[in-house]
Amino acid sequence: MTSAEKTITLAHGAGGGAMHGLIDGLFLSAFGDMPLLQKEDQARLPLAGLQARGDRLALTTDSFVVSPLEFPGGDIGKLAVCGTLNDLAVGGAVPLYLSAAFIIEEGLPLPLLQRLVGSMAEAARQAGVTIVTGDTKVVERGMADKLFINTTGVGVIPAGLTLSVAAARPGDKVLINGHVGDHGAAVMLAREELGLGGELASDCAALHTLIQPVLTQCAGVRCLRDATRGGLGGVLNEMAEASSVEIRLTEQDLPIRPQTQALCELLGLEPLLLANEGLAAMVIAPEQAEQALALWHAHPLGRHARIIGEVRAPASPGRLSLIGPYGGARLLEVPHGLQLPRIC
Amino acid sequence: MSLNTDFRDADRVRALLAAMTPVAGRVAARLGRPLQIMEVCGGHTHAIFRFGLHQLIPDTIEFIHGPGCPVCVLPVAAVDQAVALARQPNVILASFGDPLRVPGSRGSLLQAKAEGAGVRVLYSPYDALTLAKAHPRKQVVFFAIGFDTTMPGTAHSILAADRAGIGNLRFLCHHIRLIPTLTALLEADEVKLDGFVGPGHVSMVIGSRVYAPIARQYHKPLVIAGFEPVDFLQALYQLVLQLDQGRCDIENAYARVVADTGNPAALQAMEQAFESGVDGHWRGLGRVPGSGVRIRAPYRHLDATGLLAVAGPGKAADDPAWCHGVLTGRIKPDQCPLFRRRCTPEHPVGALMVSSEGACAAYYQYRPEQDHPEEARRD
Amino acid sequence: MCLGIPARIVSIVDADAGLALAETAGVRRQINIALLAADGRAPSALVGKWVLLHVGFAMALIDQQEADRTLALLSQIEQREWDES
Repeated sequence: MTSAEKTITLAHGAGGGAMHGLIDGLFLSAFGDMPLLQKEDQARLPLAGLQARGDRLALTTDSFVVSPLEFPGGDIGKLAVCGTLNDLAVGGAVPLYLSAAFIIEEGLPLPLLQRLVGSMAEAARQAGVTIVTGDTKVVERGMADKLFINTTGVGVIPAGLTLSVAAARPGDKVLINGHVGDHGAAVMLAREELGLGGELASDCAALHTLIQPVLTQCAGVRCLRDATRGGLGGVLNEMAEASSVEIRLTEQDLPIRPQTQALCELLGLEPLLLANEGLAAMVIAPEQAEQALALWHAHPLGRHARIIGEVRAPASPGRLSLIGPYGGARLLEVPHGLQLPRIC
Repeated sequence: MSLNTDFRDADRVRALLAAMTPVAGRVAARLGRPLQIMEVCGGHTHAIFRFGLHQLIPDTIEFIHGPGCPVCVLPVAAVDQAVALARQPNVILASFGDPLRVPGSRGSLLQAKAEGAGVRVLYSPYDALTLAKAHPRKQVVFFAIGFDTTMPGTAHSILAADRAGIGNLRFLCHHIRLIPTLTALLEADEVKLDGFVGPGHVSMVIGSRVYAPIARQYHKPLVIAGFEPVDFLQALYQLVLQLDQGRCDIENAYARVVADTGNPAALQAMEQAFESGVDGHWRGLGRVPGSGVRIRAPYRHLDATGLLAVAGPGKAADDPAWCHGVLTGRIKPDQCPLFRRRCTPEHPVGALMVSSEGACAAYYQYRPEQDHPEEARRD
Repeated sequence: MCLGIPARIVSIVDADAGLALAETAGVRRQINIALLAADGRAPSALVGKWVLLHVGFAMALIDQQEADRTLALLSQIEQREWDES
């Protein structure tokens, strides 16, 4: 193989032999069984199988951009599968199918693309979903940042499930399944420009097998969201606002790894506003909180699950507040932009 | 010790609060009003709210949030200079993250970046040397801001860039010195305060001795504090004790980091690279004699003002009069009619809303509404 | 005013340039120790020491004895509170 063949060029997106080589040789072989894609312009999904699982179709789409493309605990491929699956799962849907669209900047090393596509296929296989359709575009250098991936997910919501971000009620408990801020912190450590190092892995994971048992066994689950961009603080603020309640967390009960804490203190960041890729926040009726916690503790992705706070009557509606270690309270506002490293 | 756990200990916090409360009550009863304490440093303002201390400290102590936030006081003209440089073709404007959101008269650095200007966030001024070496065909400009704590890092980087003969790096310096700023504040007779909680990290550079004139001339006690809750409350307790005993001393409650003489190597680097005594014109403070610095003549080739069409710092745009009122302790942030209405962290009208360390931004972010029912009523 | 956190010097990267590797709770970064070197101490003597880090520069050695002294002072206050209550 010459060096030119090890790099993605515009030819790989031009519709000719190079493109077909890429699709057949890389995507189809990695994603395995895509019988419909090869012959037709669309995936054809049997309705009978969908109908057997519930009464509503869930459809979600997400685009993934991350720098660097590979980081401890994951990469953009795994992220593109898990992120979309999680968006289905937090609605109570059983995820079934994914589409995958790639926008590739010319010059991307082919071995890197192979790794990322392989990781994507592995994540889908592990999660038990099938990638059924896809698309590839190659753009000129400078028109994109190495690689963007869009995935769309299809799932089915079982009859009777009605989770809503607006359903939290005073007295409810707030649960999360793991450490806060791991993904954001791991990506920041992996970025060269800040010159930081440390062993911290992204929490990137598909959460549906963690979520489904709780939904089946606890009828009192009110709100469920994965805390991605905007962090746990962003998601809980959304819930508080939509439900017209106050959510109050106990700061000491927040599971935060020492490395994440250290990074935040070094750069002046708020861990609750760091992105997560495998963290679910659940509001549940108080009498079922312990049961849900036990279910989560029994799952590998829920070993560090905790009850972190409760829903209160709207003394100050639509707000997220934190009780500190000394009893004083503070508000955590929705971030109004990117968190930037501070010196002061 | 890694994250100062001993200095975050809840029992120690409670003990200090319990010890301080009766003493503060006694002094306040004698004065017939609450004690007015200025925490000079924005880091302390941040810590007070971040750790919820404002709800725990006895209400016989009131804080006047001081001017010690270099981002807040950054003049609009300085931001405009940085934006103008960043927009020049072939320039990479490197900066700490803090100034990126500060609005200039023609937008912020973040906006300039979105429109294609070369803007990079660095953690350390020393990283600007590496950046310049990695981009030999670009002109790298480091936007240097900060009080005396940050200045030695810039100074060392200037000296190192000179020694290494790096030809494509310059520094746009808008550093501000603490002592002239404090003095100017004390000269303004409308400030009513009983004492200072002194800035721990500035003091680790300049030492504790330099505050002596403040106690002598202006009869204000000052206790230097670290940034953990126990550090801060320990300093506050010592300050209250001084007021109770009628003393007026400079004390150091952060001795594990702050030496009497400061950091001599840091002071020497500053002295070598910078000429002090330059008048500064700061947001919310106005003209402060002797508070600015200028790169010394031997290193002028590293001064980015040479790249500007109009050299030198311009005049600060006018802030609303309310900002000055907050800075001098005449009103609290939430008593300003613009607060939370026209003036928010997203769209700051005045200096103190600009950085999360500014008194108004800290109030905006951290104070639960039940703390100020008058605002809830107005809304 | 100025964010500073404690970090431990792990190793010296370049003694002449004053560069060292520092760590705080598992997060590592190359830092500059040139501003600590005034008293003629060899940089290698800093390995294992805790410093106060600001914008990538070690600005002060953290004096453990002073830290202990402050904490001892505090336990006296705690004791007094206990006695009085």
